[in-house]
Amino acid sequence: MSLEIIELAGLATIQDAGRAGWKKFGVSSSGAMDAFALRAANALIGNAPYSAAIEIGLGSAVFRATSDCVIAVAGVGFALSIYLWDLPLWGSYYVRAGWTIRLDKLDSGMWAYLALLGSVQTDSILGSASTNLSARFGGLNGRRLQVGDVLEAAQPSRARSDLAARIAPVSALPAYSDRLVLDVILGPQEEYFTPENIAMLMSQTYVIHPTSDRMGYRLEGSALTRNEKKELISEGMTMGAIQVPQNGQPIVMMADAPTTGGYPKIGTVASADLPLLAQCVPNKSAIRFRETTVEKAQKKYRDQIAALEALARRWA
Amino acid sequence: MKPSIVPLGDSAALIQLGETIHPSVNQRVRALAKRIEASAVNGLIEAVPAYTTVLVQYDPLMLSFAQIKNILQEKIDQPDEPASHKPRLLEIPVRYGGDYGIDLETVARHLHLSVADIIRIHSAKIYTVYMMGFTPGYPYMGELDNALVMPRLETPRARVAAGTVAIAGSQTGIYSVESPGGWRLIGWTPLTIFDAKSESPFLFSPGDKVKFFEER
Repeated sequence: MSLEIIELAGLATIQDAGRAGWKKFGVSSSGAMDAFALRAANALIGNAPYSAAIEIGLGSAVFRATSDCVIAVAGVGFALSIYLWDLPLWGSYYVRAGWTIRLDKLDSGMWAYLALLGSVQTDSILGSASTNLSARFGGLNGRRLQVGDVLEAAQPSRARSDLAARIAPVSALPAYSDRLVLDVILGPQEEYFTPENIAMLMSQTYVIHPTSDRMGYRLEGSALTRNEKKELISEGMTMGAIQVPQNGQPIVMMADAPTTGGYPKIGTVASADLPLLAQCVPNKSAIRFRETTVEKAQKKYRDQIAALEALARRWA
Repeated sequence: MKPSIVPLGDSAALIQLGETIHPSVNQRVRALAKRIEASAVNGLIEAVPAYTTVLVQYDPLMLSFAQIKNILQEKIDQPDEPASHKPRLLEIPVRYGGDYGIDLETVARHLHLSVADIIRIHSAKIYTVYMMGFTPGYPYMGELDNALVMPRLETPRARVAAGTVAIAGSQTGIYSVESPGGWRLIGWTPLTIFDAKSESPFLFSPGDKVKFFEER
C-alpha cells in the first residue's frame, strides 16, 4: 500500500504522538498538533492509537494511491474527495490503485490527518516517527513532505474492505468551533500578574496572530501588564503552557515548542481543549479562556479519550 | 526554600528547589531528576531538570495530580545519593573569531579588553552544563567570568551555524544545530554537538564539566 503526493499547497509532515523522554537534552516533543484527530484517524482503521500519519495543514493536498489502500482521514478545515466522490472527514475509506485523494482547504480549521492501514513507514528516531522541522530529523529525512514523495504503509497487508466506510459520530468529537471558550489551569507563575490581569485573561476575546506556527500560537488582545519585573529563570514547559513575554501578548506553546522557556506562564490550556485550539484559524477564530482545576481538566480529558476508545472497541 | 510541587497544566508538575542559579541548587535538581526517572512508576513520562526546577511530565490517563504529587514528594524527601563518580570533563577545541565567531571583536571593544584577553578568560574556566534546552543538545553552561558578561543581541540573528560558541549574560553555550540565535558569537568548534542518527546523539549531558581550549 502506498500513496504518492501529486499536489501540495500547505505544510505536510509525518507525525505521531511525539517524542517522549528526550526533553532533558533539549529535544522538543513534536507530534500531531491535534492529537485527538490523529488518534481518531488511527482508531478508524484499527491502527495503534498514535501510529505515524500524514499531518496536512494550512493548504490543500492531493495524493494518488499507487496500490489499493485503506485510509482514514480526520481533522478540521478540509473537504475530502476520493476518486469521484465527496466524502466526510472522520471516516475510513477503501481506495483503489490510481484513485486520487483530494483534501481541499476550507476557511475554518487547520489540520487533517491521513492515516494508512498499518501506519506510515518511517524510521523511528529517538523513539518517534515525528518530524522535527527545526532540527531536521524524524519523519521523511527531517523535512516537510513534497510533491513526488511516496509514503508506504509500514506493514503491507491485504487491503481490508471491512475497515472502510466507518464514520466517527459527531457526538464523540471535541466541539470544534470558530468561537471557543478554552479551559485553563492557572499557574505556576500567577504571582507575576495582578488579579486584574488574570481577570483580563479570563474575560477578553483573543484572536490568533498570523505568525503562529507549530511552535506556538501567538494571541492578540489588550496587553497584560506584568506585576513583577524580575525575570524568570528558564525552566521546562509543555504543550499548552501560556507564556507571557514583556509585550503582554500571550503565546501558547504548541507541538514544536522549545523544551524550556524563560517567560512567566500565567496558565496552561487543558489537554482536552488543545485540539480545539490547534484548529483555530489566525485572524478569524475568537478565543476566550475560563478557569478550571487540574482535577476537572483531567476528568474531561479522560472522558474524551474514553469515548474514543469505546468507539475503537466497537470497531475492533 | 522549601521545595514546592505545583501543576503546570493537567499533564505536568513543576518542582522548584531554589530561587537562584547556584551550583548546589542545580546539583540537587539533577540528582532529583535522575531519581525520578529511575523510579518505575506507570504513567510517569519524563523529568526535565533546569537551573532550579524539575518539570515532570505524566500521563493524566494513568495518574492524577494528587498521585504524582505524592510520588514526587517521596522522591524529594529521599536523600541525594553521594556522587558515585566524578562528573565527566569534556575538553572542547575552539577556533575563536573567524567566519563564525563574528562578534569577537565587538565583544572585546565593548568590554574594553583585547581579543586575546577574551580568549584567555573564556578558555580559563571549567564550566558546568546547568541545563539543556532551546535546540536538541544545546548546553547552557556557567558561570562566565564577570569580565565577559554582556547582554544578548537585541535582535536575534536568523541563522547561526551548528558548532558556534557563544556567550550571553553569565552563560556560555554552543549552537547544536543551525538555528536562529541571539547570543554573541565568539568562535566555532568542529565537534558535532547533536547527531540524531548517532548511537549517542548528544555530545553533552546535564552536569558535565566543560573546558574550552583554543585551536588555531
